[in-house]
Amino acid sequence: MSAAEPLVGRAALRRLLRHRSFMIGGVLVLAMVLVALAADLLTPFDPLRSNIRARLVAPDAAHWFGTDHFGRDILSRVMIGARISLAIGALTAILAGIAGTLSGAVAGFFPRLDQPIMRVMDALMAFPSIVLAMVVSAVLGASLTNVVIALAIATTPHTARIVRASVLLERELDYVSAARSIGAGELTILFKHVLRNAAGPLIVRLTYVFAIAVLAEAALSFVGAGPPPPAASFGSIIAQGRDFMREAPWITVFPGLAIIVCVLGLNLLGDGLRDVLDPRLKF
Amino acid sequence: MGSFLIRRLAGAFVVLALVSLMSFALIWLVPGDPAAAFLDASATPAQIATLRSALGLDLSLPQQMIGWYGRILSGDLGQSILLNRSVSAALIERLPVTLALAALALAFAVVVGVTAGLVAAVNHNRWPDQAVMTAALLGLSVPDFWLGLVMVLVFAVSLGWLPSGGFTSFTQSPGEWLRCMILPALTLGLVQVGFIARMARASMLDTLGQDYVRTADAKGLAKLRVVLGHALPNALIPILTVIGIVSGALLGGAVIVEQVFSIPGIGRLIVGAIAARDFPVLQGGLLFLAVVYLSINLVVDILYAVVDPRVRLA
Repeated sequence: MSAAEPLVGRAALRRLLRHRSFMIGGVLVLAMVLVALAADLLTPFDPLRSNIRARLVAPDAAHWFGTDHFGRDILSRVMIGARISLAIGALTAILAGIAGTLSGAVAGFFPRLDQPIMRVMDALMAFPSIVLAMVVSAVLGASLTNVVIALAIATTPHTARIVRASVLLERELDYVSAARSIGAGELTILFKHVLRNAAGPLIVRLTYVFAIAVLAEAALSFVGAGPPPPAASFGSIIAQGRDFMREAPWITVFPGLAIIVCVLGLNLLGDGLRDVLDPRLKF
Repeated sequence: MGSFLIRRLAGAFVVLALVSLMSFALIWLVPGDPAAAFLDASATPAQIATLRSALGLDLSLPQQMIGWYGRILSGDLGQSILLNRSVSAALIERLPVTLALAALALAFAVVVGVTAGLVAAVNHNRWPDQAVMTAALLGLSVPDFWLGLVMVLVFAVSLGWLPSGGFTSFTQSPGEWLRCMILPALTLGLVQVGFIARMARASMLDTLGQDYVRTADAKGLAKLRVVLGHALPNALIPILTVIGIVSGALLGGAVIVEQVFSIPGIGRLIVGAIAARDFPVLQGGLLFLAVVYLSINLVVDILYAVVDPRVRLA
């Protein structure tokens, strides 16, 4: 495969565009991303400004999602919240992608390093990932960056395992010995050739990491280990609404629905990518 | 079987050593002085120094590590700064609550998930299959704590059928205990049903394609007998592994769900320690949960080798 060729070939792209769950997921995710990017233009109210006269207003024509105990508009807060939640999801996928690819590729390609690297990953996987992320984020001090680092630590091991599995298969193929016979260096073979062919399962995995991170960020915010206020994320809006569950359930319900739309979209996208890019995994 | 056991135990030992090292290393992640981070800004240098030596932070790194391994080998996870009591005692006291919650959720998730997966596989590519797969995907996309809050809203606040939270111990009143556990266990279990249903469906589809199933079919056995009597037992074997995987998610999920329903398990202990920056509890709690998870998976792997001889030779 030449270096200029895209990771997702033309034929695969055509199959993706015909794949129903990929297209539905794509539309959901794209809509969410657009709302997040254009939130400043779209929000009907200032998401941070309180309005004592409009406290705990039920959803109506002015406030579609109602208001919270400070009189802040929930729809506006959910739109701004999408920005932070999606940013955390995307950054986690990037960070876990880099860390998982490096460790998984090296472990799979160099047999001597396989055991040490993968035992460390096994150890990280022994902790319930949500608790690991929660504790690491809390110990580092809750901030946006630290939440991303914590979530990446929790999602890297599985990513590394997936990359390692693909590299182990590729390593035995003829093109690797062919490259070696014409004098290509081991690192060149690994990073220029083998990894390109192992990219399919990685792309699928990172779509799921994105979804997992959006869910986990919400849980972290709920237990007080998420990004600190006044930043609104899906999780922090739900956490603040918890004390007003009886009189104002809308504060809790709407951001939760936003999470579901987002994560469902990403999962559909991932399922579509898996069907097309990763023929080994079928269930 | 003997050599399989030895290999499996040796692997578990290495991972356990790394897991405890990582739990110990957690304190290095604290920016600045962990003792000062626990105490508030008004603490005198003398108070900070006292806490530092109580935490063993005044010792050299190798001394700290030897001390840590020495202590955990004798089952001592240190003292909670906040509760001023042994971390191991606090964890062990709360373990039954968390395990009971996870076990109830697991039972629910396995029964519903396997049934749904079976129905989907038998009706491959027809509407029951699509319905199950859509529901499973939706289940994978719902945040557990939010689902818990919605359950409280519906079944406790609106309908008044079940308590919205709180806990009664089993020994005090088994009936009341069950009433307190239904909503949390449903919340925790529902999130895993989707995953189990997907795996059960895949495993069942795989088995239904085997030659011996076709033979059973060809010799004229009733379809129900073929599916339940011949295919299901073998299709269930991979589900054992799924239970191992899911147990980690259930332990983690229990930590969050305990918050929603105010259940005094390990999760509440850990979350309380997060707010208070009670580092020994965080270190001990993480290590403890990892040990529980590793033990469950060790048992699952051994069971797997017992029911499927091919695994022992791999």
